[in-house]
Amino acid sequence: MTFNRDKLFERSLTFTAWLVVILVAAMCLSLMVYSLPVFRAIGWGFLFHRVWDPLEGKFGAMPFLVGTLLTSFLALLFSLPFSLAIAIFLGEYFNSGKIALFFQNTTSLLAGIPSVIYGFWGLFVLVPLVRKLEIKLGVLPYGVGIFTASLILSIMIIPYAASVGREVISLVPSELKEAAYALGATRWEVIRHVIFPYARSGIFAGILLSLGRAIGETMAVTMVIGNNNQFPSSLFAPANTMASVIANEFTEATSDVYLSALIGIALLLFLVTTVINIIGRYIIKKLSV
Amino acid sequence: MGDKILTTEHLYAYYDQHCVLKDINMSIPKFKVTAIMGPSGCGKTTLLRCFNRLHELSPGGRIKGKIRLRNTDLLSLNPIQVRRRIGMVFQRPNPFPTMSIYENVIAGYRLNGIKLSQNKADEIVEQALKKTALWDEVKDVLYRRGTFLSGGQQQRLCIARALAMNPEVLLLDEPTSALDPKSTAHIEELIVELKDTVSIVIVTHNIGQAGRVADYTAFLYLGELVEFGPTERLFTAPKDKRTEEYLTGKFG
Amino acid sequence: MMENYRKRELINTLMKGLVFFFTTLSLVPLLFILFYLIKQGIGAINWEFLTHLPKPVGESGGGVFNAIVGTIILIILSTLMAVPLGIGAGIYLAEVKTGKLVYLLRLGTDILQGTPSIVLGVIAYLWVVKPMKSFSALAGSVALAIMMLPVIICSTEETLKLIPYSLKEAALALGAPYYRTILKVILPAGFSGILTGILLGIARIAGETAPLLFTAFGSPYLNLNPLKPINALPLVVFNYASSPYPDWWRQAWGASFVLTVMVLVFNLAAKIGARKWEIKF
Repeated sequence: MTFNRDKLFERSLTFTAWLVVILVAAMCLSLMVYSLPVFRAIGWGFLFHRVWDPLEGKFGAMPFLVGTLLTSFLALLFSLPFSLAIAIFLGEYFNSGKIALFFQNTTSLLAGIPSVIYGFWGLFVLVPLVRKLEIKLGVLPYGVGIFTASLILSIMIIPYAASVGREVISLVPSELKEAAYALGATRWEVIRHVIFPYARSGIFAGILLSLGRAIGETMAVTMVIGNNNQFPSSLFAPANTMASVIANEFTEATSDVYLSALIGIALLLFLVTTVINIIGRYIIKKLSV
Repeated sequence: MGDKILTTEHLYAYYDQHCVLKDINMSIPKFKVTAIMGPSGCGKTTLLRCFNRLHELSPGGRIKGKIRLRNTDLLSLNPIQVRRRIGMVFQRPNPFPTMSIYENVIAGYRLNGIKLSQNKADEIVEQALKKTALWDEVKDVLYRRGTFLSGGQQQRLCIARALAMNPEVLLLDEPTSALDPKSTAHIEELIVELKDTVSIVIVTHNIGQAGRVADYTAFLYLGELVEFGPTERLFTAPKDKRTEEYLTGKFG
Repeated sequence: MMENYRKRELINTLMKGLVFFFTTLSLVPLLFILFYLIKQGIGAINWEFLTHLPKPVGESGGGVFNAIVGTIILIILSTLMAVPLGIGAGIYLAEVKTGKLVYLLRLGTDILQGTPSIVLGVIAYLWVVKPMKSFSALAGSVALAIMMLPVIICSTEETLKLIPYSLKEAALALGAPYYRTILKVILPAGFSGILTGILLGIARIAGETAPLLFTAFGSPYLNLNPLKPINALPLVVFNYASSPYPDWWRQAWGASFVLTVMVLVFNLAAKIGARKWEIKF
């Protein structure tokens, strides 16, 4: 009798495990099946066309691909010096004690603030500031646009990128560092010549994972990017990312092809973030073994 | 040698393809203390874990040959039944951290889904704790976690937990290796007292301990049973050269 | 030689200063957001805000009671869906350790961990809203449950891996069947870790907006029926923030504040719970 129950228990565990695997596979499959109509109607041009005009039945995802790439890379660029500095600060200068604790608590608190609130703050504080800057620079003062979206994104990914970076830096064996100190190296030389080379692949993985975050981030971007379906003409122009166009237009999609085009963009977003994430995680797992 | 409780015939044990016990033939006497000793890695713990079939749970663990519990073939039984009849105590005390002292003693019944009346359960707990000389020390804190006890007390609690199931055999795997000398002495006294009610097999790498508690001693070397006999005879007149070398500290 | 040493010391000090400078600077926008949120948020909160339904456009006053209730319902529904699945899969990973299914499950968990939340909204739309032909709390919680799942799986696995093998042996040596060993000994010993994982999972989803946009959808009414559209605090923040009415902006700050406190409470509870119910081996 107990044998049967043991079998039953083991079977239900296996069943649960399969269920999760099937769930992920089904997600991928659903996105593919429902995006078929747009590929049938437009073909691969869906990915490359530069015009998105649902009223005319034109669905080209290129503006959103470019919008996503621009905002996320720009955000990465803005945040890199900061997250690297925090990672070194917490991983090397203050890896324990009160200051480390303060930073950890602050960053985990800020990582917990919902993204819609970052967007809200961006809309009311950042947008007017950017508008002033734009007037000074002599470009059209929209306030909203790619630049603003990148700013808010960079603020949002700093805590995440820094925590990944800190983790990677703390994986550097202390024997290596001590060996370098024993040879008379200064602290910066240890960071520069021992920690960086050792943690290089990990830092790269951290950048990848942050990029994945930035690409998939929806609400904050949607609220400050200006929701413009034109191909972005400058860094200050209003635009749309893959995530923000889905958020904005999904409930308005009236025709089947329109809905399918948005689901196609979701599929694209899913594939891109998945590939980036898996590579990033793979590198980190290899490092920590 | 009197009645036998456990008998092995041509017993082999493996991890995957690696053979760790070779052709073990021995008979464990009833109501006596039998020590298994030998240098580390000789297979003594594996032998113990064959008796209650825990060895099969290790990755790649396999057994070949025969083990008899009284007259039944132990390997043909359901391992769960075997483990209820043969109790085991491990190297490090391992009381269940989520259970009180009381629940720990009665855990064998609870985990097997055996229902007990409150009176019966109280009785079992009291008896088991009295047998292990723990009753006076813990009777007022029965409902506190077992992990608050000292190491020696925890180990006696684990013995009580095994005894509560009324096993026919009690297996002890280096039960004092994690304890201080005073607790060790306490446990050793206990082992000698317990042999009137249960047959005991103890694995030890401490020659002195075998001499103090065991009626019979087996010497295992590189997976082979080198010598097995009454402790006194084995210690004073070993027949095999390897036994003599081990006892005189030449290796191990 | 001495010159070289001075130069190196100088660079060392300079870089240290740079690291400290950027670290401090990075705190500025973050603390600014926090400060703004608290200042604007507390001003918007009063008894009416917490206990009344929204008023129609143009009338001032009213509250977000329906959104608070909605968020709680969404959290409960998604937790109910994600917890059994997540704990089961976590036990599987910790117990089985190798094999094809373990590899696939790890991969699947990693993929879920990185899936953008808006994509999960699309999935829940296709799976629940489309066949049922209605936006619903159920659809919203399906999206949120998928989001929670990887957090619970990972924390269950990590917790169970830390439980000493000797504990399992002790139970098995008493003749306990495998399923009882897991359910009565291993899971209780991992209770605090698993609970922490669940709370962190809730903290992760409580503030999510994107998966709710076209699933739970939002509603001006108090709704307790899981098959109907339901309001949620993040949706209130989004909808009110993008409206042209200053009174709604004020309410959006109030909702933001309540939401942040909620997320914070779950995060804190996770930390405190982990410490308070920690089990010593």
